Amino acid sequence: MKLSGWGRYPRVEGKLSTPRSMAEIAALLGNGPVIARGMGRAYGDAAIGPHAISTRHLTHMIAFDETTGQLVAEAGVTLKDILSSFLPRGWFLSVTPGTQFVSLGGAIASDVHGKNHHSEGSFGTFVDWFDLMGPDGRVTRCSRDENADLFHWTLGGMGLTGIILRAAIRLKRVESGWIRQTTIAAPDLDAALDAFERTYSATYSMAWIDCAATGSAMGRSLVMNGEHATLAELPPEKRAKPFAARGHLSPRVPVDFPGFALNPWSIRAFNQLYWTKGRLSAGTGLTGWEPFFYPLDAIRDWNRIYGRRGFMQFQCVVPLESRAEGLRAILRAISDSSAGSFLAVLKRFGPQDSRLSFPMEGYTLALDFPVNRRSLDLMPRLDAITADHGGRFYLAKDSRISAQTLRRTDPRWADFAAMRRDSGLAAAFASAQSERLDT
Amino acid sequence: MTPTLLILGATSDMARACAHRYAREGYDLMLAARDPDTLEADAQDLRLRHGRIVTCHAFDALDIDSFADFINGLPHLPDSVICAIGAMGDQNESQIDPAAAAKVMRANYEGPALILGALAQKMQARDHGVLIGISSVAGDRGRASNYVYGSAKAGFTAFLSGLRNRLAKTGVQVITVKPGFVATKMTEGMDLNPRLTALPEEVAEAIWQAQAHKRDVIYVRRIWRMVMTIIRLLPEIIFKRTQL
Repeated sequence: MKLSGWGRYPRVEGKLSTPRSMAEIAALLGNGPVIARGMGRAYGDAAIGPHAISTRHLTHMIAFDETTGQLVAEAGVTLKDILSSFLPRGWFLSVTPGTQFVSLGGAIASDVHGKNHHSEGSFGTFVDWFDLMGPDGRVTRCSRDENADLFHWTLGGMGLTGIILRAAIRLKRVESGWIRQTTIAAPDLDAALDAFERTYSATYSMAWIDCAATGSAMGRSLVMNGEHATLAELPPEKRAKPFAARGHLSPRVPVDFPGFALNPWSIRAFNQLYWTKGRLSAGTGLTGWEPFFYPLDAIRDWNRIYGRRGFMQFQCVVPLESRAEGLRAILRAISDSSAGSFLAVLKRFGPQDSRLSFPMEGYTLALDFPVNRRSLDLMPRLDAITADHGGRFYLAKDSRISAQTLRRTDPRWADFAAMRRDSGLAAAFASAQSERLDT
Repeated sequence: MTPTLLILGATSDMARACAHRYAREGYDLMLAARDPDTLEADAQDLRLRHGRIVTCHAFDALDIDSFADFINGLPHLPDSVICAIGAMGDQNESQIDPAAAAKVMRANYEGPALILGALAQKMQARDHGVLIGISSVAGDRGRASNYVYGSAKAGFTAFLSGLRNRLAKTGVQVITVKPGFVATKMTEGMDLNPRLTALPEEVAEAIWQAQAHKRDVIYVRRIWRMVMTIIRLLPEIIFKRTQL
């Protein structure tokens, strides 16, 4: 069957197995390389390949410790499952990416980050241990103390160290499902960066950035900060049911949009509208956790708005010291190409000390582009700009950078590839992405 | 009082989806299967996700002498029961091996009918309860490809119909569920038309809605009611020549 990631590009012919037990997974190993696949929300080719092993039937929650907030669950449990069960009891994910529809195993393998990276770290920071099935079907418990090497290679290792079967993560206490959100309208890039630096102490922060704006408005952004609202901060009518924060309706995108639906004019119009609306509503207010953390989850199958050819995401991080020049060069290249990105997100990362994880102290920019000639011409230029400024790329989003670009921007992957070769992992675990990037 | 649901044959994908659906509505659960050890991981998952009380029980649908003890051994008489027991067997094997055929007949008709019949007696005495039997569209008309299984399901459907008729004036509700194709472990790898194939969660939702709205007989996907009506109405002289 044809397998693809969330961006629906590329599509490759591959086999998808759906085992229901550890023994069934072990039986699938040893006949050529495999790659674990969770919810298929990696955008590119990270969880596709000649043989993908779905964790969709590994969905048991195993234990929860009310005193420490430690949850033990199988790899196919989704972040949505965790929130549905534990938010009503006063627990939230310590780190969450911009969608709830990812699996626990996928979150670890990509070492995902959220709006609190600068203040609290990446997903891996809150992973106490996991069980990993190796090439021979043997299961290894990995933590910071036990098989620490394998533990660190697996965080952000894109599933290339084995199959994550179950994991223990720590949840955090919250008093409500509401977020105290502050929105700052920043009229240009410098103002946006300044807003991030000024509000560094906020727990959550991210910005929507208008990639269609040019000239003096280039880089204009709505910077959004947030804190979990305490009971005392809620108005009385919300205090009675603090976790019943209004969710959003879930319309679906019913059909693939035609390719011309997203064009430079519609993108410009959307961004103009969003900016105007955001600027008018700037200030502080209460927002439900779903619209704050997962605005796109409100539109099921939103990837279909890019049409049948799919889309690509470009997500890079540029180091703190070259933030202004790096981001400006990227924005200029985009506006020169008039490709335009429908959705663009800017976020400050804090320091990160890990072996393979994507974040580094600096700024990350995420852009979506439909798959077409203009985008395919533009993106290598963005790669080069990122590399020239000392930045690197997020493999959970990637579908197209070259092996050479990866080696140049992130030398850690050469060590990883050598380790995989020496330990027999390379022959057992591979994805379309690992083949492309020679990792 | 917290309502309780007993699920017979609790290891199937449909049964597991029902467990989550009812737990979400605030039901405590009794899960029953031949080997209760295989239920423990599911039970723990249900406890953690929904904060409900979940117990596991041994139940063998082929051992009808054990039914009375099984019912008496439950923590209490449940408010709702879902019977998800069933085994398709192998039609070719059933055609040549009477023992295999008898086992399919017993697992799909005798066991499910008798256990629900026994529970019905207790529920009638209490004048309250819901009995839900998962039957099959295969029971609507015998077809060459699976008539041993289909005939057992036809028997089960008729039994439920009679039970419902008998209990209509009591507080006991009887629901017949005909799921059609369902994407489960049993059908994995089969080439099923996606329009005709429901997810286990869809079946669970339909069952919950049927209980909430006091329905009698449900097809999970509406299209199946139409398909089976047509199949039932075909004159035998034509039907016998079809390959369905």
